[in-house]
Amino acid sequence: MAEWHGVWIVAEQWQGELKRVSFELLGRARVLAEKLKAPLGAVLLGHKMKEAAQELIYHGADQVYLVDHPILFHFDPDAYANCLEFLIREERPAIVVAAATTTGRTLMPMMAARLGTGLTADCTELDIEEETGLLLQTRPAIGGNVMATIKTPKHRPQLATVRPRSHPPSERDSSRNGEIIEVSLPEELFKTRFKVLGFEKLGTEETRIEDADVVVCAGRGLGRPDSLNLVRELAKLLGGAIGGTRAVVDQGWLPYPCQVGLSGKTVSPKLYIACGVSGAIQHLAGMRGSRFVIAINKDPHAQIFRVADLAIVGDVNEILPRLIKRLRELKEHG
Amino acid sequence: MNILVAVKYVPDTDEIRIDEATGTMIREGIPGIINPLDLYAVEEALRLRERYGGKIVALSMGPPAAEAALREALSMGVDQAFLLTDRRFAGADTWATAYTLSRAAKKLGPFDLILCGERATDGETGQVGPELGAMLGLPVITYVSQIEELCPPSAKPGWIRCRRLTEEGYQRVETSLPALLTVVKEINEPRLPTFQGKLAARRARIHRLSLEDLDLKPQETGLEGSPTRVVKVFYPSLARATKMVNASPEKAVEEIVSFLREKALL
Repeated sequence: MAEWHGVWIVAEQWQGELKRVSFELLGRARVLAEKLKAPLGAVLLGHKMKEAAQELIYHGADQVYLVDHPILFHFDPDAYANCLEFLIREERPAIVVAAATTTGRTLMPMMAARLGTGLTADCTELDIEEETGLLLQTRPAIGGNVMATIKTPKHRPQLATVRPRSHPPSERDSSRNGEIIEVSLPEELFKTRFKVLGFEKLGTEETRIEDADVVVCAGRGLGRPDSLNLVRELAKLLGGAIGGTRAVVDQGWLPYPCQVGLSGKTVSPKLYIACGVSGAIQHLAGMRGSRFVIAINKDPHAQIFRVADLAIVGDVNEILPRLIKRLRELKEHG
Repeated sequence: MNILVAVKYVPDTDEIRIDEATGTMIREGIPGIINPLDLYAVEEALRLRERYGGKIVALSMGPPAAEAALREALSMGVDQAFLLTDRRFAGADTWATAYTLSRAAKKLGPFDLILCGERATDGETGQVGPELGAMLGLPVITYVSQIEELCPPSAKPGWIRCRRLTEEGYQRVETSLPALLTVVKEINEPRLPTFQGKLAARRARIHRLSLEDLDLKPQETGLEGSPTRVVKVFYPSLARATKMVNASPEKAVEEIVSFLREKALL
Protein backbone atom coordinates (compact mmCIF):
# COMPACT_ATOMS: atom_id res chain seq x y z
CA MET A 1 0.00 0.00 0.00
CA ALA A 2 3.04 2.23 0.40
CA GLU A 3 2.90 3.30 -3.20
CA TRP A 4 -0.31 5.30 -2.76
CA HIS A 5 1.04 8.78 -2.17
CA GLY A 6 -0.07 12.39 -2.16
CA VAL A 7 -3.26 14.37 -1.74
CA TRP A 8 -5.60 15.29 -4.59
CA ILE A 9 -8.53 17.59 -4.92
CA VAL A 10 -11.11 17.38 -7.69
CA ALA A 11 -11.55 20.98 -8.82
CA GLU A 12 -15.07 21.96 -9.72
CA GLN A 13 -16.04 24.19 -12.61
CA TRP A 14 -19.29 25.34 -14.05
CA GLN A 15 -19.42 26.30 -17.72
CA GLY A 16 -15.71 26.92 -17.84
CA GLU A 17 -15.37 28.89 -14.60
CA LEU A 18 -13.80 27.52 -11.45
CA LYS A 19 -16.19 27.46 -8.54
CA ARG A 20 -15.14 29.00 -5.25
CA VAL A 21 -15.32 25.59 -3.59
CA SER A 22 -12.26 24.52 -5.63
CA PHE A 23 -10.17 27.02 -3.68
CA GLU A 24 -11.74 25.90 -0.41
CA LEU A 25 -10.68 22.34 -1.24
CA LEU A 26 -7.15 23.54 -1.97
CA GLY A 27 -7.03 25.40 1.35
CA ARG A 28 -8.10 22.32 3.24
CA ALA A 29 -5.98 19.84 1.30
CA ARG A 30 -2.85 22.02 1.62
CA VAL A 31 -2.95 21.44 5.38
CA LEU A 32 -3.24 17.67 4.86
CA ALA A 33 -0.43 17.60 2.27
CA GLU A 34 1.88 19.50 4.59
CA LYS A 35 1.16 17.18 7.49
CA LEU A 36 2.00 14.24 5.23
CA LYS A 37 4.93 16.10 3.60
CA ALA A 38 3.35 15.04 0.32
CA PRO A 39 2.53 16.87 -2.90
CA LEU A 40 -0.89 18.42 -3.52
CA GLY A 41 -2.44 17.60 -6.87
CA ALA A 42 -5.59 18.96 -8.49
CA VAL A 43 -7.65 17.31 -11.19
CA LEU A 44 -9.42 19.69 -13.54
CA LEU A 45 -11.87 18.23 -16.04
CA GLY A 46 -13.30 20.72 -18.52
CA HIS A 47 -12.89 22.37 -21.88
CA LYS A 48 -10.44 25.20 -22.62
CA MET A 49 -9.45 25.75 -19.02
CA LYS A 50 -5.69 26.24 -19.11
CA GLU A 51 -5.87 29.62 -17.38
CA ALA A 52 -7.99 28.10 -14.65
CA ALA A 53 -5.35 25.40 -14.21
CA GLN A 54 -2.81 28.17 -13.55
CA GLU A 55 -5.19 29.67 -10.97
CA LEU A 56 -5.23 26.34 -9.14
CA ILE A 57 -1.44 26.53 -8.87
CA TYR A 58 -1.60 30.13 -7.60
CA HIS A 59 -4.05 28.85 -4.98
CA GLY A 60 -1.86 26.01 -3.72
CA ALA A 61 -1.71 23.05 -6.14
CA ASP A 62 1.71 21.56 -6.92
CA GLN A 63 0.45 19.67 -9.96
CA VAL A 64 -2.68 20.17 -11.99
CA TYR A 65 -3.88 17.25 -14.08
CA LEU A 66 -5.78 19.01 -16.82
CA VAL A 67 -8.05 16.99 -19.07
CA ASP A 68 -9.50 18.97 -21.95
CA HIS A 69 -12.41 17.67 -23.99
CA PRO A 70 -15.63 19.28 -25.26
CA ILE A 71 -17.72 16.59 -23.55
CA LEU A 72 -16.30 17.72 -20.19
CA PHE A 73 -17.79 21.21 -20.52
CA HIS A 74 -20.91 19.95 -18.67
CA PHE A 75 -20.91 17.39 -15.93
CA ASP A 76 -21.28 14.02 -17.64
CA PRO A 77 -21.26 11.12 -15.17
CA ASP A 78 -19.73 8.59 -17.59
CA ALA A 79 -16.97 10.77 -19.03
CA TYR A 80 -16.08 12.35 -15.67
CA ALA A 81 -15.98 9.00 -13.87
CA ASN A 82 -13.94 7.39 -16.67
CA CYS A 83 -11.33 10.17 -16.64
CA LEU A 84 -11.02 10.40 -12.87
CA GLU A 85 -10.83 6.63 -12.45
CA PHE A 86 -8.12 6.42 -15.10
CA LEU A 87 -6.05 9.17 -13.46
CA ILE A 88 -6.40 7.70 -9.97
CA ARG A 89 -5.35 4.21 -11.10
CA GLU A 90 -2.43 5.69 -12.99
CA GLU A 91 -1.11 8.16 -10.38
CA ARG A 92 -2.25 6.43 -7.17
CA PRO A 93 -2.95 9.34 -4.81
CA ALA A 94 -3.52 8.29 -1.18
CA ILE A 95 -6.31 10.81 -0.61
CA VAL A 96 -8.84 12.32 -3.02
CA VAL A 97 -11.25 15.02 -1.85
CA ALA A 98 -14.06 16.60 -3.85
CA ALA A 99 -16.81 19.08 -3.07
CA ALA A 100 -20.04 17.85 -1.52
CA THR A 101 -22.03 19.43 -4.35
CA THR A 102 -24.49 17.79 -6.73
CA THR A 103 -21.50 17.00 -8.97
CA GLY A 104 -19.14 15.73 -6.26
CA ARG A 105 -21.86 13.75 -4.56
CA THR A 106 -22.59 11.98 -7.84
CA LEU A 107 -19.04 11.47 -9.11
CA MET A 108 -17.40 10.32 -5.88
CA PRO A 109 -19.83 7.51 -5.03
CA MET A 110 -19.26 6.23 -8.57
CA MET A 111 -15.52 6.35 -7.87
CA ALA A 112 -15.90 4.48 -4.58
CA ALA A 113 -17.96 1.80 -6.32
CA ARG A 114 -15.54 1.41 -9.20
CA LEU A 115 -12.36 1.51 -7.12
CA GLY A 116 -13.75 -0.62 -4.30
CA THR A 117 -12.81 1.86 -1.61
CA GLY A 118 -14.40 3.90 1.17
CA LEU A 119 -16.02 7.30 0.82
CA THR A 120 -17.19 9.68 3.51
CA ALA A 121 -19.88 12.19 2.55
CA ASP A 122 -20.17 15.86 3.34
CA CYS A 123 -17.26 16.19 5.78
CA THR A 124 -16.90 19.38 7.79
CA GLU A 125 -13.45 18.53 9.20
CA LEU A 126 -10.50 16.65 7.76
CA ASP A 127 -7.29 15.83 9.56
CA ILE A 128 -4.39 13.40 9.49
CA GLU A 129 -3.98 10.82 12.24
CA GLU A 130 -0.42 11.30 13.49
CA GLU A 131 0.56 7.68 14.16
CA THR A 132 -0.82 6.22 10.96
CA GLY A 133 -1.01 9.06 8.44
CA LEU A 134 -4.64 8.08 7.82
CA LEU A 135 -7.26 10.63 6.83
CA LEU A 136 -9.67 11.44 9.66
CA GLN A 137 -13.01 12.50 8.24
CA THR A 138 -15.55 14.17 10.48
CA ARG A 139 -19.12 14.65 9.33
CA PRO A 140 -22.51 15.50 10.75
CA ALA A 141 -25.45 13.10 10.58
CA ILE A 142 -29.09 13.16 11.64
CA GLY A 143 -29.34 16.85 10.95
CA GLY A 144 -26.10 17.74 12.68
CA ASN A 145 -27.22 16.17 15.94
CA VAL A 146 -24.50 13.56 15.75
CA MET A 147 -20.91 13.98 14.59
CA ALA A 148 -18.88 10.99 13.51
CA THR A 149 -15.18 10.67 12.75
CA ILE A 150 -14.53 8.07 10.09
CA LYS A 151 -11.46 6.59 8.48
CA THR A 152 -10.61 4.18 5.68
CA PRO A 153 -7.88 2.01 7.21
CA LYS A 154 -7.05 -0.48 4.47
CA HIS A 155 -8.45 0.68 1.14
CA ARG A 156 -6.94 3.23 -1.20
CA PRO A 157 -7.45 5.89 -2.12
CA GLN A 158 -9.25 7.41 0.85
CA LEU A 159 -12.17 9.38 -0.59
CA ALA A 160 -14.16 12.22 0.94
CA THR A 161 -16.54 14.92 -0.14
CA VAL A 162 -16.32 18.19 1.76
CA ARG A 163 -19.18 20.52 2.53
CA PRO A 164 -18.87 23.83 0.67
CA ARG A 165 -18.09 26.83 2.89
CA SER A 166 -16.78 24.65 5.70
CA HIS A 167 -13.27 26.03 5.06
CA PRO A 168 -12.07 29.43 3.80
CA PRO A 169 -10.69 29.50 0.25
CA SER A 170 -6.88 29.47 -0.02
CA GLU A 171 -5.10 32.75 -0.70
CA ARG A 172 -3.93 33.54 -4.21
CA ASP A 173 -0.18 33.89 -4.62
CA SER A 174 0.90 34.55 -8.20
CA SER A 175 4.53 33.80 -7.35
CA ARG A 176 3.72 30.15 -6.64
CA ASN A 177 5.14 27.56 -8.99
CA GLY A 178 3.60 24.33 -10.06
CA GLU A 179 3.23 22.06 -13.00
CA ILE A 180 0.30 21.83 -15.38
CA ILE A 181 0.14 18.32 -16.75
CA GLU A 182 -2.03 18.28 -19.86
CA VAL A 183 -3.20 14.71 -19.97
CA SER A 184 -4.45 13.26 -23.21
CA LEU A 185 -6.62 10.26 -22.50
CA PRO A 186 -7.83 7.52 -24.84
CA GLU A 187 -10.89 8.66 -26.79
CA GLU A 188 -12.95 5.69 -25.56
CA LEU A 189 -12.97 7.26 -22.06
CA PHE A 190 -15.12 10.08 -23.42
CA LYS A 191 -17.82 7.73 -24.68
CA THR A 192 -20.99 8.40 -22.79
CA ARG A 193 -24.51 7.10 -22.43
CA PHE A 194 -25.75 10.60 -21.58
CA LYS A 195 -26.91 13.44 -23.73
CA VAL A 196 -27.09 16.88 -22.15
CA LEU A 197 -30.12 18.52 -23.75
CA GLY A 198 -29.98 21.89 -22.12
CA PHE A 199 -29.74 23.97 -19.04
CA GLU A 200 -32.21 26.27 -17.37
CA LYS A 201 -30.64 28.69 -14.95
CA LEU A 202 -32.50 29.18 -11.71
CA GLY A 203 -34.18 32.53 -11.19
CA THR A 204 -31.91 34.98 -9.35
CA GLU A 205 -33.93 34.50 -6.21
CA GLU A 206 -33.49 30.75 -6.11
CA THR A 207 -29.89 30.60 -7.10
CA ARG A 208 -26.76 30.51 -5.01
CA ILE A 209 -28.45 30.10 -1.66
CA GLU A 210 -25.67 27.63 -0.78
CA ASP A 211 -23.05 30.16 -1.87
CA ALA A 212 -24.51 33.28 -0.27
CA ASP A 213 -22.68 35.04 2.57
CA VAL A 214 -26.01 36.10 4.01
CA VAL A 215 -29.25 34.10 4.02
CA VAL A 216 -32.48 35.67 5.20
CA CYS A 217 -35.00 32.94 5.86
CA ALA A 218 -38.78 33.27 5.79
CA GLY A 219 -40.87 31.20 8.18
CA ARG A 220 -44.57 30.72 8.72
CA GLY A 221 -44.48 33.40 11.39
CA LEU A 222 -44.52 36.00 8.62
CA GLY A 223 -48.24 35.30 8.51
CA ARG A 224 -48.91 36.37 4.93
CA PRO A 225 -47.13 36.02 1.59
CA ASP A 226 -46.90 39.83 1.19
CA SER A 227 -44.40 39.89 4.02
CA LEU A 228 -42.00 37.97 1.81
CA ASN A 229 -41.23 41.29 0.17
CA LEU A 230 -39.76 42.47 3.46
CA VAL A 231 -37.55 39.39 3.63
CA ARG A 232 -36.52 39.95 0.02
CA GLU A 233 -35.75 43.59 0.67
CA LEU A 234 -33.63 42.77 3.71
CA ALA A 235 -31.73 40.07 1.81
CA LYS A 236 -31.07 42.55 -0.99
CA LEU A 237 -29.79 45.23 1.38
CA LEU A 238 -27.38 42.76 2.97
CA GLY A 239 -26.30 41.32 -0.38
CA GLY A 240 -27.76 37.96 0.51
CA ALA A 241 -30.18 35.32 -0.69
CA ILE A 242 -33.69 34.43 0.42
CA GLY A 243 -34.48 31.06 1.96
CA GLY A 244 -37.63 29.48 3.31
CA THR A 245 -38.75 26.83 5.74
CA ARG A 246 -40.53 23.72 4.56
CA ALA A 247 -43.89 25.18 5.60
CA VAL A 248 -43.34 28.27 3.46
CA VAL A 249 -42.25 26.20 0.45
CA ASP A 250 -45.10 23.71 0.85
CA GLN A 251 -47.55 26.62 0.80
CA GLY A 252 -46.06 27.71 -2.49
CA TRP A 253 -44.75 31.05 -1.21
CA LEU A 254 -41.24 30.17 -2.36
CA PRO A 255 -39.94 27.54 -4.80
CA TYR A 256 -38.28 24.32 -3.61
CA PRO A 257 -34.68 25.36 -4.45
CA CYS A 258 -35.03 27.96 -1.65
CA GLN A 259 -35.92 25.39 1.00
CA VAL A 260 -33.52 25.17 3.94
CA GLY A 261 -33.55 22.05 6.10
CA LEU A 262 -33.38 18.29 6.16
CA SER A 263 -35.50 17.83 3.04
CA GLY A 264 -34.01 20.89 1.35
CA LYS A 265 -30.61 22.52 1.39
CA THR A 266 -27.92 22.81 4.00
CA VAL A 267 -26.45 26.30 4.17
CA SER A 268 -23.60 27.70 6.23
CA PRO A 269 -23.43 31.42 5.50
CA LYS A 270 -21.61 34.04 7.55
CA LEU A 271 -24.96 35.44 8.66
CA TYR A 272 -28.34 33.73 8.87
CA ILE A 273 -31.40 35.75 9.78
CA ALA A 274 -34.44 33.66 10.66
CA CYS A 275 -37.68 35.66 10.31
CA GLY A 276 -40.70 34.06 11.93
CA VAL A 277 -39.04 30.64 11.90
CA SER A 278 -40.03 28.39 14.80
CA GLY A 279 -36.96 26.17 14.47
CA ALA A 280 -38.15 22.60 13.93
CA ILE A 281 -35.29 20.16 14.26
CA GLN A 282 -35.45 19.49 10.52
CA HIS A 283 -34.92 23.19 9.85
CA LEU A 284 -32.05 23.52 12.30
CA ALA A 285 -30.35 20.68 10.42
CA GLY A 286 -30.06 22.93 7.39
CA MET A 287 -28.66 26.06 9.05
CA ARG A 288 -26.92 25.34 12.31
CA GLY A 289 -23.52 25.52 10.64
CA SER A 290 -24.03 29.27 10.03
CA ARG A 291 -21.36 31.51 11.54
CA PHE A 292 -23.78 34.02 13.10
CA VAL A 293 -27.50 33.61 13.59
CA ILE A 294 -30.08 36.28 14.30
CA ALA A 295 -33.61 35.05 14.97
CA ILE A 296 -36.78 37.10 15.18
CA ASN A 297 -39.86 35.40 16.59
CA LYS A 298 -42.91 36.32 18.64
CA ASP A 299 -42.64 33.24 20.83
CA PRO A 300 -39.90 33.62 23.49
CA HIS A 301 -39.69 29.82 23.74
CA ALA A 302 -39.17 29.25 20.01
CA GLN A 303 -36.65 26.50 19.40
CA ILE A 304 -34.80 28.68 16.87
CA PHE A 305 -33.55 30.86 19.75
CA ARG A 306 -31.48 27.93 21.02
CA VAL A 307 -29.20 28.20 18.00
CA ALA A 308 -29.25 32.00 17.74
CA ASP A 309 -26.53 34.44 18.78
CA LEU A 310 -29.06 37.24 18.88
CA ALA A 311 -32.66 36.35 19.75
CA ILE A 312 -35.21 39.09 19.12
CA VAL A 313 -38.60 38.49 20.70
CA GLY A 314 -41.09 40.39 18.57
CA ASP A 315 -43.28 40.55 15.51
CA VAL A 316 -41.31 40.30 12.26
CA ASN A 317 -43.91 42.42 10.51
CA GLU A 318 -43.16 45.27 12.90
CA ILE A 319 -39.42 44.83 13.10
CA LEU A 320 -38.46 44.19 9.47
CA PRO A 321 -39.83 47.47 8.00
CA ARG A 322 -37.97 49.45 10.66
CA LEU A 323 -34.79 47.45 10.19
CA ILE A 324 -34.93 47.96 6.41
CA LYS A 325 -35.44 51.69 6.86
CA ARG A 326 -32.53 51.92 9.28
CA LEU A 327 -30.19 49.92 7.04
CA ARG A 328 -31.12 52.12 4.08
CA GLU A 329 -30.28 55.24 6.09
CA LEU A 330 -26.94 53.74 7.04
CA LYS A 331 -26.24 52.93 3.41
CA GLU A 332 -27.02 56.47 2.30
CA HIS A 333 -25.26 58.34 5.07
CA GLY A 334 -22.53 55.83 5.94
CA MET B 1 -41.61 -1.58 -17.13
CA ASN B 2 -40.19 -3.33 -14.12
CA ILE B 3 -39.09 -0.94 -11.44
CA LEU B 4 -37.01 -1.44 -8.31
CA VAL B 5 -37.35 1.09 -5.50
CA ALA B 6 -34.72 1.04 -2.76
CA VAL B 7 -35.95 2.32 0.61
CA LYS B 8 -34.41 2.78 4.04
CA TYR B 9 -35.79 2.39 7.55
CA VAL B 10 -34.84 5.49 9.58
CA PRO B 11 -35.67 7.01 12.96
CA ASP B 12 -38.60 9.44 12.72
CA THR B 13 -36.99 12.87 13.05
CA ASP B 14 -40.37 14.38 13.95
CA GLU B 15 -40.10 12.43 17.20
CA ILE B 16 -36.55 13.46 18.04
CA ARG B 17 -36.36 15.82 21.00
CA ILE B 18 -33.50 17.88 22.31
CA ASP B 19 -32.31 17.34 25.86
CA GLU B 20 -32.88 20.75 27.50
CA ALA B 21 -29.92 20.37 29.85
CA THR B 22 -27.26 19.26 27.41
CA GLY B 23 -28.64 20.58 24.13
CA THR B 24 -28.11 17.18 22.51
CA MET B 25 -30.50 14.81 20.80
CA ILE B 26 -32.51 12.20 22.65
CA ARG B 27 -32.45 9.05 20.52
CA GLU B 28 -33.98 6.50 22.84
CA GLY B 29 -37.39 5.14 21.98
CA ILE B 30 -37.66 6.89 18.62
CA PRO B 31 -39.98 4.92 16.32
CA GLY B 32 -38.76 3.92 12.87
CA ILE B 33 -40.38 4.89 9.56
CA ILE B 34 -39.68 4.75 5.85
CA ASN B 35 -37.14 7.45 4.96
CA PRO B 36 -39.39 10.41 4.07
CA LEU B 37 -37.31 11.23 0.98
CA ASP B 38 -37.87 7.68 -0.34
CA LEU B 39 -41.63 8.32 -0.56
CA TYR B 40 -40.95 10.44 -3.65
CA ALA B 41 -39.20 7.48 -5.31
CA VAL B 42 -42.10 5.16 -4.43
CA GLU B 43 -44.65 7.68 -5.74
CA GLU B 44 -42.76 8.16 -9.01
CA ALA B 45 -42.62 4.38 -9.50
CA LEU B 46 -46.40 4.14 -8.96
CA ARG B 47 -47.02 6.90 -11.51
CA LEU B 48 -44.81 5.17 -14.07
CA ARG B 49 -46.63 1.88 -13.49
CA GLU B 50 -49.98 3.62 -14.02
CA ARG B 51 -48.73 4.80 -17.40
CA TYR B 52 -46.66 1.92 -18.67
CA GLY B 53 -47.79 -1.09 -16.65
CA GLY B 54 -45.36 -3.54 -15.13
CA LYS B 55 -44.30 -4.39 -11.63
CA ILE B 56 -42.73 -2.51 -8.73
CA VAL B 57 -40.45 -4.24 -6.26
CA ALA B 58 -39.44 -2.44 -3.05
CA LEU B 59 -36.11 -3.42 -1.54
CA SER B 60 -34.61 -2.59 1.82
CA MET B 61 -31.74 -3.77 3.99
CA GLY B 62 -31.89 -3.62 7.75
CA PRO B 63 -32.94 -5.36 10.94
CA PRO B 64 -36.25 -7.29 10.99
CA ALA B 65 -37.97 -4.11 12.25
CA ALA B 66 -37.19 -2.50 8.87
CA GLU B 67 -40.21 -4.43 7.59
CA ALA B 68 -42.17 -1.38 8.73
CA ALA B 69 -40.59 0.72 5.96
CA LEU B 70 -41.51 -1.90 3.35
CA ARG B 71 -45.08 -2.11 4.65
CA GLU B 72 -45.40 1.63 4.12
CA ALA B 73 -44.29 1.17 0.51
CA LEU B 74 -46.73 -1.74 0.12
CA SER B 75 -49.56 0.34 1.54
CA MET B 76 -48.92 2.94 -1.17
CA GLY B 77 -49.22 0.22 -3.81
CA VAL B 78 -45.91 -1.46 -4.67
CA ASP B 79 -46.34 -5.07 -5.77
CA GLN B 80 -43.67 -6.91 -3.84
CA ALA B 81 -41.27 -6.25 -1.00
CA PHE B 82 -37.92 -7.81 -0.13
CA LEU B 83 -35.93 -7.27 3.04
CA LEU B 84 -32.25 -8.11 3.16
CA THR B 85 -31.82 -9.07 6.75
CA ASP B 86 -29.01 -11.02 8.36
CA ARG B 87 -26.85 -10.38 11.41
CA ARG B 88 -23.85 -10.52 9.10
CA PHE B 89 -25.16 -7.48 7.17
CA ALA B 90 -24.95 -5.36 10.33
CA GLY B 91 -22.56 -2.43 10.46
CA ALA B 92 -22.41 -2.04 6.67
CA ASP B 93 -21.20 1.34 5.42
CA THR B 94 -22.53 2.84 2.19
CA TRP B 95 -20.20 0.74 0.04
CA ALA B 96 -21.12 -2.57 1.66
CA THR B 97 -24.81 -1.60 1.67
CA ALA B 98 -24.74 -0.74 -2.02
CA TYR B 99 -22.85 -3.95 -2.76
CA THR B 100 -25.38 -6.09 -0.89
CA LEU B 101 -28.27 -4.29 -2.60
CA SER B 102 -26.59 -4.78 -5.97
CA ARG B 103 -26.49 -8.53 -5.41
CA ALA B 104 -30.19 -8.52 -4.60
CA ALA B 105 -30.99 -6.34 -7.63
CA LYS B 106 -29.21 -8.85 -9.85
CA LYS B 107 -31.02 -11.76 -8.26
CA LEU B 108 -34.49 -10.17 -8.40
CA GLY B 109 -34.11 -8.37 -11.73
CA PRO B 110 -33.70 -7.50 -14.47
CA PHE B 111 -35.25 -4.06 -13.88
CA ASP B 112 -35.76 -1.31 -16.42
CA LEU B 113 -35.43 1.41 -13.82
CA ILE B 114 -34.13 1.71 -10.27
CA LEU B 115 -35.39 4.61 -8.18
CA CYS B 116 -33.91 5.91 -4.93
CA GLY B 117 -34.57 8.89 -2.67
CA GLU B 118 -31.98 11.65 -2.75
CA ARG B 119 -30.57 10.61 0.64
CA ALA B 120 -31.75 9.24 3.96
CA THR B 121 -32.66 11.61 6.76
CA ASP B 122 -30.44 9.79 9.26
CA GLY B 123 -27.09 9.13 7.57
CA GLU B 124 -27.62 11.88 4.98
CA THR B 125 -24.85 10.60 2.72
CA GLY B 126 -26.82 10.21 -0.51
CA GLN B 127 -24.14 7.73 -1.59
CA VAL B 128 -25.91 4.40 -1.70
CA GLY B 129 -27.97 5.28 -4.81
CA PRO B 130 -25.10 6.28 -7.11
CA GLU B 131 -22.87 3.53 -5.69
CA LEU B 132 -25.56 0.96 -6.44
CA GLY B 133 -25.95 2.28 -9.98
CA ALA B 134 -22.21 2.20 -10.61
CA MET B 135 -21.87 -1.32 -9.20
CA LEU B 136 -24.59 -2.50 -11.58
CA GLY B 137 -22.91 -0.67 -14.46
CA LEU B 138 -26.02 1.48 -15.01
CA PRO B 139 -26.14 5.12 -16.05
CA VAL B 140 -26.93 7.21 -12.97
CA ILE B 141 -28.92 10.45 -12.96
CA THR B 142 -29.00 12.14 -9.57
CA TYR B 143 -31.22 14.90 -8.11
CA VAL B 144 -34.02 14.28 -10.63
CA SER B 145 -36.81 16.83 -10.23
CA GLN B 146 -38.89 15.68 -13.20
CA ILE B 147 -39.12 12.79 -15.62
CA GLU B 148 -39.93 14.68 -18.81
CA GLU B 149 -40.32 11.74 -21.13
CA LEU B 150 -39.73 8.05 -21.08
CA CYS B 151 -39.74 5.45 -23.80
CA PRO B 152 -40.13 2.01 -22.25
CA PRO B 153 -37.94 -0.71 -23.66
CA SER B 154 -39.79 -2.98 -26.10
CA ALA B 155 -38.35 -4.06 -29.42
CA LYS B 156 -36.00 -1.10 -29.21
CA PRO B 157 -33.92 -0.06 -26.20
CA GLY B 158 -35.72 2.39 -23.96
CA TRP B 159 -34.60 5.84 -22.92
CA ILE B 160 -35.45 8.47 -20.34
CA ARG B 161 -35.27 12.24 -20.33
CA CYS B 162 -35.00 14.03 -16.97
CA ARG B 163 -34.55 17.40 -15.37
CA ARG B 164 -32.06 17.40 -12.52
CA LEU B 165 -31.71 20.12 -9.93
CA THR B 166 -28.16 21.44 -9.52
CA GLU B 167 -26.82 24.45 -7.62
CA GLU B 168 -27.02 26.68 -10.69
CA GLY B 169 -30.21 25.42 -12.25
CA TYR B 170 -31.93 22.55 -14.00
CA GLN B 171 -29.88 20.34 -16.27
CA ARG B 172 -31.90 18.46 -18.87
CA VAL B 173 -30.35 15.11 -19.63
CA GLU B 174 -31.21 11.93 -21.49
CA THR B 175 -29.89 8.42 -21.04
CA SER B 176 -30.62 4.84 -22.02
CA LEU B 177 -32.60 2.34 -19.97
CA PRO B 178 -32.00 0.50 -17.75
CA ALA B 179 -30.84 3.34 -15.50
CA LEU B 180 -30.76 4.39 -11.86
CA LEU B 181 -32.28 7.69 -10.75
CA THR B 182 -32.18 9.46 -7.42
CA VAL B 183 -35.11 11.85 -7.05
CA VAL B 184 -35.64 15.07 -5.08
CA LYS B 185 -38.70 16.23 -3.23
CA GLU B 186 -39.75 18.53 -6.05
CA ILE B 187 -40.59 15.60 -8.36
CA ASN B 188 -44.09 14.85 -7.02
CA GLU B 189 -46.40 14.78 -4.05
CA PRO B 190 -46.51 11.29 -2.54
CA ARG B 191 -50.01 9.84 -2.10
CA LEU B 192 -51.33 8.84 1.29
CA PRO B 193 -52.04 5.14 1.64
CA THR B 194 -55.69 4.20 1.38
CA PHE B 195 -57.42 2.15 4.08
CA GLN B 196 -57.49 -0.87 1.74
CA GLY B 197 -53.81 -0.30 0.96
CA LYS B 198 -52.95 -0.36 4.63
CA LEU B 199 -54.99 -3.50 5.15
CA ALA B 200 -53.34 -5.25 2.21
CA ALA B 201 -49.89 -4.16 3.39
CA ARG B 202 -50.52 -5.60 6.83
CA ARG B 203 -51.36 -8.98 5.31
CA ALA B 204 -48.71 -8.96 2.58
CA ARG B 205 -45.76 -11.26 2.78
CA ILE B 206 -42.37 -9.61 3.04
CA HIS B 207 -39.74 -11.80 1.48
CA ARG B 208 -36.57 -12.05 3.50
CA LEU B 209 -33.19 -12.70 1.96
CA SER B 210 -30.06 -13.69 3.89
CA LEU B 211 -26.34 -13.82 3.15
CA GLU B 212 -26.70 -17.29 1.66
CA ASP B 213 -29.69 -16.28 -0.48
CA LEU B 214 -27.49 -13.64 -2.12
CA ASP B 215 -24.48 -15.97 -2.48
CA LEU B 216 -22.39 -13.49 -0.51
CA LYS B 217 -19.32 -14.22 1.56
CA PRO B 218 -19.30 -12.73 5.08
CA GLN B 219 -16.23 -10.63 4.21
CA GLU B 220 -18.12 -8.96 1.34
CA THR B 221 -20.83 -7.39 3.45
CA GLY B 222 -21.63 -5.90 6.85
CA LEU B 223 -18.90 -4.32 8.94
CA GLU B 224 -16.35 -6.77 7.60
CA GLY B 225 -17.03 -5.78 4.02
CA SER B 226 -17.00 -2.05 4.77
CA PRO B 227 -13.97 -0.01 3.71
CA THR B 228 -14.73 2.71 6.27
CA ARG B 229 -14.67 2.57 10.05
CA VAL B 230 -16.34 4.94 12.50
CA VAL B 231 -13.68 5.80 15.05
CA LYS B 232 -15.57 8.32 17.15
CA VAL B 233 -19.13 9.54 17.62
CA PHE B 234 -20.00 12.66 19.56
CA TYR B 235 -23.06 14.79 20.16
CA PRO B 236 -22.43 18.46 19.58
CA SER B 237 -24.48 20.87 21.62
CA LEU B 238 -26.95 23.03 19.76
CA ALA B 239 -26.72 25.89 22.15
CA ARG B 240 -24.99 29.19 21.53
CA ALA B 241 -24.36 32.01 23.97
CA THR B 242 -27.68 33.57 23.03
CA LYS B 243 -28.42 37.20 23.75
CA MET B 244 -32.18 37.58 24.28
CA VAL B 245 -33.80 40.90 23.47
CA ASN B 246 -37.41 41.42 24.45
CA ALA B 247 -38.06 45.10 23.79
CA SER B 248 -39.80 47.57 21.49
CA PRO B 249 -39.33 47.17 17.73
CA GLU B 250 -37.14 50.29 17.70
CA LYS B 251 -34.88 48.93 20.41
CA ALA B 252 -34.77 45.56 18.63
CA VAL B 253 -33.61 47.25 15.43
CA GLU B 254 -30.81 49.02 17.29
CA GLU B 255 -29.71 45.71 18.81
CA ILE B 256 -29.60 44.09 15.37
CA VAL B 257 -27.66 46.98 13.84
CA SER B 258 -25.09 47.01 16.62
CA PHE B 259 -24.74 43.22 16.37
CA LEU B 260 -24.11 43.51 12.62
CA ARG B 261 -21.57 46.28 13.21
CA GLU B 262 -19.79 44.42 15.98
CA LYS B 263 -19.40 41.32 13.80
CA ALA B 264 -18.37 43.38 10.77
CA LEU B 265 -21.37 42.18 8.81
CA LEU B 266 -22.41 45.55 7.41
